[in-house]
Order: sequence, then C-alpha cells, then structure tokens
Amino acid sequence: QNVSVEVLDHLEHLALVDFRDAEGVERLQKAIQFADQLHEVNTDGVEPMDSVLEDRCLYLREDDVTEGNCTKELLENAKEKVEEYFVAPPGNIPLPKLGERETFLQGS
Amino acid sequence: QVAAALKEGHVTPTELCQRCLSLIKSTKFLNAYITVAEETALKQAEASEERYKKGQPLGVLDGIPIAVKDNFNTAGIETTCASNMLRGYISPYNATVVQKLLDQGAVLLGKTNLDEFAMGSGSTDGVFGPVRNPWSYSRQYKEKSVPKSHSEDKEPDWVITGGSSGGSAAAVSSFTCFAALGSDTGGSTRNPAAHCGVVGLKPTYGLISRHGLIPLVNSMDVPGILTRCVDDAAVVLGSLAGHDPKDSTTIQDNFKPFELPNLTDVSKLSIGIPKEYHAPGLSSEILTIWSKAADLFENAGAKVVEVSLPHTRYSIVCYHVLCTAEVASNMARFDGLEYGHRSDMNESTESMYAATRREGFNDVVRGRILSGNYFLLKQNYEKYFIKAQKVRRLIANDFVKVFRSGVDVLLTPTTLSDAAPYVEFIKEDNRTRSAQDDILTQAANMAGLPAINVPTVLSERGLPVGLQFIGRSFQEQQLLTVAKWFEKQVQFPMIQLEEVNRHDHGVFQHQKSASFS
Repeated sequence: QNVSVEVLDHLEHLALVDFRDAEGVERLQKAIQFADQLHEVNTDGVEPMDSVLEDRCLYLREDDVTEGNCTKELLENAKEKVEEYFVAPPGNIPLPKLGERETFLQGS
Repeated sequence: QVAAALKEGHVTPTELCQRCLSLIKSTKFLNAYITVAEETALKQAEASEERYKKGQPLGVLDGIPIAVKDNFNTAGIETTCASNMLRGYISPYNATVVQKLLDQGAVLLGKTNLDEFAMGSGSTDGVFGPVRNPWSYSRQYKEKSVPKSHSEDKEPDWVITGGSSGGSAAAVSSFTCFAALGSDTGGSTRNPAAHCGVVGLKPTYGLISRHGLIPLVNSMDVPGILTRCVDDAAVVLGSLAGHDPKDSTTIQDNFKPFELPNLTDVSKLSIGIPKEYHAPGLSSEILTIWSKAADLFENAGAKVVEVSLPHTRYSIVCYHVLCTAEVASNMARFDGLEYGHRSDMNESTESMYAATRREGFNDVVRGRILSGNYFLLKQNYEKYFIKAQKVRRLIANDFVKVFRSGVDVLLTPTTLSDAAPYVEFIKEDNRTRSAQDDILTQAANMAGLPAINVPTVLSERGLPVGLQFIGRSFQEQQLLTVAKWFEKQVQFPMIQLEEVNRHDHGVFQHQKSASFS
C-alpha cells in the first residue's frame, strides 16, 4: 500500500525535512516494505529491549555544578547572535500548508 | 616497536610526525583525511620529544601519530561528519576518547573521511568525496587486475574502503598513522578494517565513553579502534576504556588495562560457528577461507562447534527500524541556530529550520530521518518501533544462549566479499548496500557484544579478506587473545605500496608489521 499524501505531508512537518522528489517518496515506500519483514517474527510474551545495559544501575552523579561559564565558546559557532543571545527568525508562524508552499508533494 | 624506537632515541617524535605528514600529502589521492592538523600535530610532537629527552614519556602512546574519524569532537579543529551541515564547525571541546589519547601524549594528525554522519557502508557518501582503498594501488592488486585494453583513465579500477570509517582504515593501512579511531554502529569499524586489511575492534557497548562522539544510534554506537595488529588494539583499548562520568552509558566497573598473553595451547577453547552467517550473497571464496580458519582451530586442538543464532536474518531489519528512529531524534538538534550551517531563509523559525536541513543534509540522511519519523508515528509505534525492540531482545538472547552453552568465541566472516570497485558499488543506493553489507556485523551491535576483524588472507583479486571474532560482553581480553593467536597463524602479508617504499629508510623499513607496541 502506498503512503497517503497527508501522511507524507505530516512527516515533512514533523521532520522539517523534505522529500524533494519522487525518489525520496520511493525510498520511504521501500523502507516500509523492508521493515514489514519484522512481522514474520513471533514476539509473543517478549518485552521490548531499550538498552543492552538494562540489568545495570544507571550512573547518576551528584547534583553539583562542575562546569559552565563558557558562554563565549558556545556562541562562537552560531551564525546569528546578539549580545549573549542566539537569534532566531519569528516563531509561532507555522510552515505554509501543502497548497501554499513549494514542495514536490503538490504534484502527487 | 615504534614506541621502543622512540624510547631508545632511534627516531624522534617530530621526525615521526613529519614523515607521517609528508606521507599524508603524497597519498592525498586516497582522500582519507578531511582535515590535517599540521601545526598542532607538530607542536604535540615537539612536546613529546621534550618528554623523551627527559626520559619521562607519558606512556606507550607518547609521540605516536594517530588519526580520528571526523565525527568525534576535537577542540579547535573542524569537525564536519562529512556533511554540509557542520562545515566550518570548530568543536569547543574534545571527545573523551580524544582527550584520553592526547593525555597519553599521542599526536593527532588529523580527521578522517567517512560517509555523511556515519551512514553508509562504503565511505562514498560524504560531501568530501569517496575514500579510496590503499590496496587499489598495491602491487598485489595491480598484479591481479586485468589490464584494460583501452583506458581513457590512467587510474586503476580503484576499490572502496568499506564504511563508514573508511578514512580511518585507509589512513592506518597506508601507514600514515599508527592507530585511528572509528565508530561502530552496524559494522562501521569492522567493515572497512576487513576491506583495508587492518585490525578493527568494536568494544563492548558501555566500555568506552561516547561523550563527544556525534551520535547516530545512542543504544548501539561505540568508538572503534583501527590498528595494524592485535597487540596495538589492546594498547589503545587500555588507554580508552573505563567509566566516564560524562557518559552515563559507560559501566562503572573498574577496568584494568591488560597485555595479551602469547597463547600456545588452544585445546581449552571452544569456537562457535554460527550457521546463519552463511548468508545469501556470501562469496564462495570467503566461505572457503572461513572453513579453513575453522579447521585451523580444530587442528590446533580447539573444540569447534556449529551453533545457531536463529534470528540473525532479522537483525538488519530490526536495525533499519531502530536506527532510523534514533537518527530521526538525534538529527533534530541540527537546526542552524546554535552551530553549523544556517540557511538565509528568515521568514519564520520553522521555515528556517526546514531550509537549513534541506541544504545541510544529503539524501541518505534525509531519507533516514523521514523513515524514522514514519516508524515513530503514533499509528506505527507499536507495529514497528516496539516490535523492533522486541526482536532486538530475541537477537540478544540468541547470543546469550550460545555463550551459555560453553562457547567462548564465535568465528564468522566479516564481509560478504572482498572490496568492490567504486563504479560497481555506486550502482545500488546507500540503503540497499548497507542492508547487504552490514548483515554479518550488525548483530554484534544489536547485542552490544565485542567483536574484532582480523585480516586473514588476500583474495584472488589481491585484496584483503578478514574474519570476525565475536566475544562475550566485557571479555575483551579473551577475545583479543584468541584474535592474536589467529593473527600469528595466518601471517597476513604487508601491503606493497610504491609511495611508501619511496619513503625508504628508517622507521618503516625496520618494522615488519609497522606496529607500535
């Protein structure tokens, strides 16, 4: 089954990455097909595994400040900044809807 | 051997450094290095020389030139992950493993090339171009290749290094450094090690810190070690392993560096041969090599048994889902605000993010992010992500069962065939290739087990073929001891490169295997 345009559009919004062309969508279709092989395996009664170290206790350190005061270093790699702030374009403006923006998906 | 030479003053760290640097320049066509840190390397070499003069070297690694894969943060040196997204990004800090090597006096020559964000099995998909396997230019390969009747291109039919740590493998294989760091998520250290004829060690998950390694799959990534012999790998492992408070996925047990005994009696050893690793696509040549290796152990008195890891063939599918899901999450940090590439699009935060990511990532990365997001959608979560996690447990349990039955170490092939020519390799897309090539190495990452590639023999085409040993969790000493025994038995030939022979005298000629321990 093919993935619907709504889902494709939804994915583009979630990932903030675009499919760019038919090949991109094909790639996703193939990936899903490939992943469907998982359903051949019987996993009744099996617990999902998050980590191979699940039998060990996670290391937690003391809640003491040990590092910091490196504002200058942290700001060095940013392109746009003002004083000690990272500058972003205005927020709260959603990505244009499917019909209004330039995207390959309009054609499908 | 080089360390001994340094100690006795036969060669100085600066000479060693300069030789390596000039070798890097003359092997530039391999495209193994993205950044060469000439100035800092020479400074480090000079500092090391001072220490040797005073008779106070920091350890075995003092003055030894090393290279680091470009997805490890290195303070003051550009770290790109072979992606446009991080071009020009100068790390403000050193990854823990890099820091540890520097603290031991190692000389960092530069950052090596890889597949973009370590996604791929050929080291062909980075923005700085593909890495060429040094063996493409070896006498051994050239002798075996059929000369083209008409060649528009004077270049030999060069072969890939494998990936994604291809640059590191090529760097070690071409003698430009004595050890290199790679990363291993699905076989990314062992695959290029096999194709380039070097030792590639993937340690147990949790043994070496990932702090500073730009993550791909947090639950499977490990820093990998590439060297020319097993003893060297043990030395590097000794300096890197251990708990790091900055990486809470490192175990807290005390790690004691070890030296490898020279095993002479293997009769107490039990070697497992997993039958599912006779995977479709395995070349008959490698099958023969694998059988011969098993016979080698048997004839020496070891117990060789066939074992079964029934879920092996699902490991790639499982990896595909878990990897893309974790990638979708890990790549979310690249938005152009705090570091890295930033698009000029300024209409809104979201459109800036979208444009930045469209410009910064290549098709492979974007494809994985989108697939990952698909598998994490609410309607798909149980069906794919949770399901994959369950299959992961089945795979890990397969190994537990086999090791519990008395097997000490597993012996498997590392790759399906020897290195493919570049023009052949690029005919299929990245995902297909990865799915094919990772099949033998992936399961060890799934289960978090240590694994090592040992170069075994040259193929009919004159290219290296390696075999893989998989050990029990945190039993690197046993694993490496067996690997060292095997290495001694097979006596893998040294690469005969014209460029290296030109740098005639001194260091490289003295050492048969050009190792540093």
